[in-house]
Amino acid sequence: MEITVTVNGRAYTRDIEPRLLLVHFLRDELGMTGTHWGCDTSNCGACVVWLDETPVKSCTVLAVMADGHRVRTVEGLAGADGLDPVQQGFTECHGLQCGFWTPGMMLTARWLIDKNPDPSEADIREAISGQLCRCTGYDNIVKSIRWAAEHDTAHEAAPAGTTVDSKEVSA
Amino acid sequence: MQVPAQFQYQRATSVQHALSLLTKYGPDSRIVAGGHSLIPMMKLRLAQPQALIDINDLTDLARISVEDGTLCVGAMVRHADLLASAVAGEHFPIFHDAEKVVADPVVRNRGTVGGSLCQADPSEDLSAAFAAVRGEAVIEGPGGRRVVPIREFFTGPYQTVVGENELLVQLRVPISSSASAYQKVERRAGDWAVAAAGAELRIEGTQLVSVGIGLTALGAPNFHAPEAEEYLLAGPAVDERFAEAGRIAARHCNPVADQRGPADYKRHLAEVLTVRALRRARTRWHGNNHQEEG
Repeated sequence: MEITVTVNGRAYTRDIEPRLLLVHFLRDELGMTGTHWGCDTSNCGACVVWLDETPVKSCTVLAVMADGHRVRTVEGLAGADGLDPVQQGFTECHGLQCGFWTPGMMLTARWLIDKNPDPSEADIREAISGQLCRCTGYDNIVKSIRWAAEHDTAHEAAPAGTTVDSKEVSA
Repeated sequence: MQVPAQFQYQRATSVQHALSLLTKYGPDSRIVAGGHSLIPMMKLRLAQPQALIDINDLTDLARISVEDGTLCVGAMVRHADLLASAVAGEHFPIFHDAEKVVADPVVRNRGTVGGSLCQADPSEDLSAAFAAVRGEAVIEGPGGRRVVPIREFFTGPYQTVVGENELLVQLRVPISSSASAYQKVERRAGDWAVAAAGAELRIEGTQLVSVGIGLTALGAPNFHAPEAEEYLLAGPAVDERFAEAGRIAARHCNPVADQRGPADYKRHLAEVLTVRALRRARTRWHGNNHQEEG
């Protein structure tokens, strides 16, 4: 069936099987491999993307459920002015580790800081409690998110609008 | 890569539309809301519905409200929204206690209250919370609407009274002066319960005049502990009696050994967590209502 999903501000139309999961739609249909695919059981959080306003585990969402909705992936985290403060924080504080779970971690961190510009260490650990870091690097991830909160200006900026680029809309 | 088997997908536009789709596709169809129980089961072929009826567009079912002295929680309310609901937390802090330990924040963004109850997992947290506060389920079907007490909602593990052509639309809890709490032991953050207990109580003078106890993952029929409730009722709300209620609850539940622990350990938890939930509810009662009784 045909679906249209707005990913990082651009609308994409594809004809897919209903059983296609959102994570595979992003990776295989749209070629956005920044969203990683890990445990397949809604446990590890590698596949976290935003569906409309909130992070979800995209291995447990059907792509058809995103029809008519907005998705934000790690490819949509950096703005026109450069890296998101969350991305900078992961660089500054060595939060990246092996990088496999980093995209999901950063998307959850962005959501947390939007809701709570001054999160405590406990707030941060709670927010990412559904996401694994197999390098056991949580300390640096927590520091990275804290760094991002301290250097964040996103909540002062206007939210990014949705644009539709006709060149990106394919049948 | 785990992918569900093929199925037909339909998006319901109203409750009536969902009911007509259930009738059209028959017993091989399933309702999907958040999908955080069903879709993993479909990937593992533990569930293989021929048709999925998506009710995510039924925003009328995603509201939390107070109507005629009753807290109304729509079946499509996300766990995160129940956790964030000030009105739910004001009247029934047990729901906030329980929602804080349902899976993890990202899963709570998508999973729904109605979906959790209909999944009827023996380790599910909200079932015991609703059982403790004596909630009711509002079920729509072709013949109209019926209301079933949560204590009669479950017919076994993963089984409820919701018929093949019916839809759970709302959970209701009559609001009365009470205090409540939920206590859970889990192996790690976001895990299912090893064991959990919820309690709601009301005290007049020194006497307990109302008490509800819910148990999760402990093999308690319909997620509650009627023998312990009966023992406690119309007596003083003191530690000695809470301890005995815990022992009674532990004696009358039927935990099974699994990877989360042996049955004896779980029975021990039933006792300890029942007492903790009762004490926490009592502390809240005194905090909210009767400071002088400390």
